[in-house]
Amino acid sequence: MVVNTERVDIAVTERDVLDRDEVMVAKPDGPLAAVLLAAGIGSFALGLFTTLAEASSGFRDRLVLNAGVGPLSGKTVWATVIFVVAWTVLHAQLRHRDALLRSATIAFVILTLLGLLGTFPIFFQAFAPE
Amino acid sequence: MQLTNRELWTLIHGMGLGALFLLAFAGGLAGFYSLRPEWLTSAGIRERIARLDIGTVVMAIVAWLTVITGTWIVYPWYRARPPEGATELEEYPRYFLLANEHLAEWHHFGMEWKEHIAWIAPYLATVVAFGAVYYGRRLAYEPAVRRLLMWVFIAAFVIAGIAGLFGALITKAAPIL
Repeated sequence: MVVNTERVDIAVTERDVLDRDEVMVAKPDGPLAAVLLAAGIGSFALGLFTTLAEASSGFRDRLVLNAGVGPLSGKTVWATVIFVVAWTVLHAQLRHRDALLRSATIAFVILTLLGLLGTFPIFFQAFAPE
Repeated sequence: MQLTNRELWTLIHGMGLGALFLLAFAGGLAGFYSLRPEWLTSAGIRERIARLDIGTVVMAIVAWLTVITGTWIVYPWYRARPPEGATELEEYPRYFLLANEHLAEWHHFGMEWKEHIAWIAPYLATVVAFGAVYYGRRLAYEPAVRRLLMWVFIAAFVIAGIAGLFGALITKAAPIL
C-alpha cells in the first residue's frame, strides 16, 4: 500500500476583522419606518383616489390636471405628493426614534393591501354609477 | 426599417426602462439574500453593499422614470380620442379595443389595472433604496431589516411585473402606432 507522505502546509489566515463601528453601532429604525409608512400612505391614497374617481364623476373631473392623461394625472400626482409630504413629515418626526419597525411594517402592509385593492378594476368598477 | 416617435417612446418605456427594472431584480434579490456576515468577509460585505446601494438606487430611479414616461408620454397616445365618425381606429388603441367585443376586456381590466397599480412599484422601490443606503454595511447585521427590504423588493417586482405583462399584451392587441 502506497502511503502519501507528502506534507501539505495549509496557511490559515485570520478572517478580516470588522471595524467596530460596522458591528456595534445600531441605527435607529425610525427613518426606515417613516419611508415605509409614507409608501403605505401613498399606495392607499392612490387606491382611494381611483375608487372615488369611479364613484363620482365630479371628483373624477377635478383630478384632470392634463387633458391628454385625464384623471390618471391627478390620481398619480396627488398620491405622489401625499407620499413625499408624508415621508418628509414622518422622517422629521421619527428620525431619532427606534423600535418602530414592527408596527410600521404592519401599518405598511395594511395600507398597501388597501391601495392594491383600490386599484384593482373589479373592486373600483363596482362603485361606478349604474 | 424605422421606428416612429411613438414606437420609440413605447420602446423606451417598456423594453428599456421597464425591462431593465425587471431584469435587475434577480441581481438585487441575490444581493439581499447573500448579505450575511457568516458568509462574507468584511471586504466582501463592503463590496456587496456598494453594489446593492447603487443597484437599488438605480432601480428606484428607473421605476420612477418608467411610470412617468408611461403616464405622461405614452398613455395620452393610448387614450387619444378619434375624430367624430372615424371608423379606422387602429391609431386610437383605447377606442380600438373598446370597439371590439372580444378585445374590450384588455382595456376594462388590463389597462385599468396596469395604469394604476404600476405607480405603487416606485413607492416600494424607493423604500428599498432608502433602506439599503441608510443601513449601509450595518444591513448585514440586521437580518430582520434585510428580510423586510427583500420582501418589499419582491412586492415591487411583482407589481411592476403585472404592469409590464399587461403592457406587453395590450400593445400586442392594440399597438401604439
